[in-house]
Amino acid sequence: MAIELKMPALSPTMEEGKLARWLVKEGDEVKSGDILAEIETDKATMEFEAVDEGTIGKILVAEGTEGVKVGTVIAVLAGEGEDASAVSASAPKAEAAPAADAAPAAARPEAPAPVAKKDPEVPHGTNMKISTVREALRDAMTEEMRRDDRVFVMGEEVAEYQGAYKVTQGLLEEFGAQRVIDTPITEYGFAGIGTGAAMGGLRPVIEFMTFNFAMQAIDHIINSAAKTNYMSGGQMRCPIVFRGPNGAAARVGAQHSQNYGPWYANVPGLVVIAPYDASDAKGLLKAAIRSDDPVVFLENELVYGRSFELPELDDHVLPIGKARIMREGKDVTIVSYSIGVGLALEAAEQLAGEGIDAEVIDLRTLRPLDKETVLASLAKTNRMVVAEEGFPVCSIASEIIAICMEDGFDNLDAPVVRVCNEDVPLPYAANLEKLALIDTPRIVEAVRKVCYR
Amino acid sequence: MPKAKIDAGSGAEPAVTPAQDEDFALHSLQEALAADRRYTPNKEELLNLYEQMVLIRRFEERAGQLYGLGLIGGFCHLYIGQEAVAVGLQSALDSNRDSVITGYRDHGHMLAYGIDPKVIMAELTGREAGISRGKGGSMHMFSVEHKFYGGHGIVGAQVSLGAGLAFAHKYREDGGVAMAYFGDGAANQGQVYESFNMAALWKLPIIFVIENNGYAMGTAVKRGSAETHFYRRGTAFRIPGMQVDGMDVLEVRKAAEVALEYVRAGNGPVLMELNTYRYRGHSMSDPAKYRSREEVQDVREKRDPIEHVKQDLAALGVDEAALKEIDKRVRAQVAESADFAENSPEPEPSELYTDVLVERY
Repeated sequence: MAIELKMPALSPTMEEGKLARWLVKEGDEVKSGDILAEIETDKATMEFEAVDEGTIGKILVAEGTEGVKVGTVIAVLAGEGEDASAVSASAPKAEAAPAADAAPAAARPEAPAPVAKKDPEVPHGTNMKISTVREALRDAMTEEMRRDDRVFVMGEEVAEYQGAYKVTQGLLEEFGAQRVIDTPITEYGFAGIGTGAAMGGLRPVIEFMTFNFAMQAIDHIINSAAKTNYMSGGQMRCPIVFRGPNGAAARVGAQHSQNYGPWYANVPGLVVIAPYDASDAKGLLKAAIRSDDPVVFLENELVYGRSFELPELDDHVLPIGKARIMREGKDVTIVSYSIGVGLALEAAEQLAGEGIDAEVIDLRTLRPLDKETVLASLAKTNRMVVAEEGFPVCSIASEIIAICMEDGFDNLDAPVVRVCNEDVPLPYAANLEKLALIDTPRIVEAVRKVCYR
Repeated sequence: MPKAKIDAGSGAEPAVTPAQDEDFALHSLQEALAADRRYTPNKEELLNLYEQMVLIRRFEERAGQLYGLGLIGGFCHLYIGQEAVAVGLQSALDSNRDSVITGYRDHGHMLAYGIDPKVIMAELTGREAGISRGKGGSMHMFSVEHKFYGGHGIVGAQVSLGAGLAFAHKYREDGGVAMAYFGDGAANQGQVYESFNMAALWKLPIIFVIENNGYAMGTAVKRGSAETHFYRRGTAFRIPGMQVDGMDVLEVRKAAEVALEYVRAGNGPVLMELNTYRYRGHSMSDPAKYRSREEVQDVREKRDPIEHVKQDLAALGVDEAALKEIDKRVRAQVAESADFAENSPEPEPSELYTDVLVERY
């Protein structure tokens, strides 16, 4: 069977080129790997190698020919036992490669709709205990480690030191050094090791001392953890939780004070959670550890020590992807998450004194974002402020505003306003830091503005 | 601790035993290999290694051809010239418990693992039947079933991920060893050394395999690396190194056995440098102008790994006809995979949204 040798492409974008030189002539015996010709474009020269063995039959395009279209038959190779001189080619023709648009334009598929969900009912009479966020997070890890021996905790100072912020206090004692693992200060490396362990079937909880240091590891969070399931066609999963404090702490300067929520929420393939109170911290961390998806779990150092009511249930697990209405109201909606929720609630109290009844929504999960709850509240109040402890540009606030424009425009009685930190690296000086960070008065002011008061 | 080495100027016999020499562990594996360099296969084993290497070469040549025809897009890194590395190492692994991870030059490793060439080629052409359902491409292929964990496009990432696989083996106490392949270029990435440190610190069961093909894309090793003997790069972490002729499949196999024995015994990681060569450019869009045609031709003529096996087969009394039979079978297999890859349908448009997340929220 004669084999047609076709003009090769040097790159995906090459359409034609020059057949610069033949290195074989008709009648030559060639074996695979032999260089047959040199092909040139304006960018590069490439050697054209034989793939098959045989004898060069007819050379159909002479050397020096310019503008030879990719796919054109340039020579014919006679196989074993064939008479090379008798081999003739079908008329040289350019064969178009099947392009992605060759198929009839299919209807754009619909993205799957989110599943309807709500928080499980807390049975009447459930004892509510007072717990700090720090304890709630620790209890979530403890319970999940008891439940599933594939779960382990790894990070800097998580074991013997009991956690840089004491979130992992007591874990080493209960679970031992096999499952509570101190790492060297090497974020990129241990984020990769955790991700690899998740690919290998374990359920790692990777603690970053703060998310500022996770920038050294962001390649594994995004390129390795978030994209694997998709790139493998659903074959290789990565059930891992990356957790630690995020956002501004107190007087630690620009490099230790940043909210990475918008960064991670930008990436398909990740789940991003940023709880505010103890109940959500516990219920959502347990859900995160059980999830088959990679989760970025953003805590806040300033909230660790705050106390909240926490239902004493055997298994307090909350749904990922569901916002929570923290305070019902009818005049305006304040959307927030993480530490901003506390400020929003304070603002709502103050506004109530002025006769403005504000609804406060805690997003809780930043990806997938609960658009339905946000839009339903907008439909009710027709006014919205987004309060976010973080930079304003390309923020979660920006996203909420876009959602309101796209899907809630008819319900808007005023432009949505965002209240964020100032658009500067966080300064150290106490007065400047205060000026840079979001606070309650700014939220109150923004609410008055959207209420035209 | 007193220094174990004696004064070289004394002229006396070495007064230390291996047990006393604290550097001994770092070169003991190299010495074991030097004492007995090549695996002794029977005829059937060697024919099998030959067939796998020929399959990789013919497959890659065909992939290059399909790329030239526009049927394969994007980046496509061929393994031609390096076949003995993956084939020799994989042949020593226990496929029931050991795991493997590599970078973007991954077709050869998958073939050496016995993964169906049809689904690999169909992934290259971006078809539904591809091993990643057309959503990964050349650099992103995985087979969890075969404990092959990719197929990673970010240079060096597979080294930390591989240490994670090794961590999982140790955590589960399943007796498995992870093998993480990377190139001489990746060997300069910082995370490689972070991983060396933790792997040695925690005695993780991992073999780090540096496939030194001489060039990090267009940068020759000596232009990019202060220490060009990569097998020494683990010394600072007390990881023993081995330097192996990656063009001789039997030496590769032997070295793998020496390394596996050490790692499986719970001693922690081994670093192997496999000296090899790629005949093609870094990727299909690299015309490889940074080296001479003579250099490539010289390796092809003097060091070609497949020719090397042919000589060994001849010594075992295998005749040309038997090899022709294998070559023919491989050609048919590759032709079939190319036809399959060309004629399979593209993914359904609805696949756009599948597998972004595992669960629905």
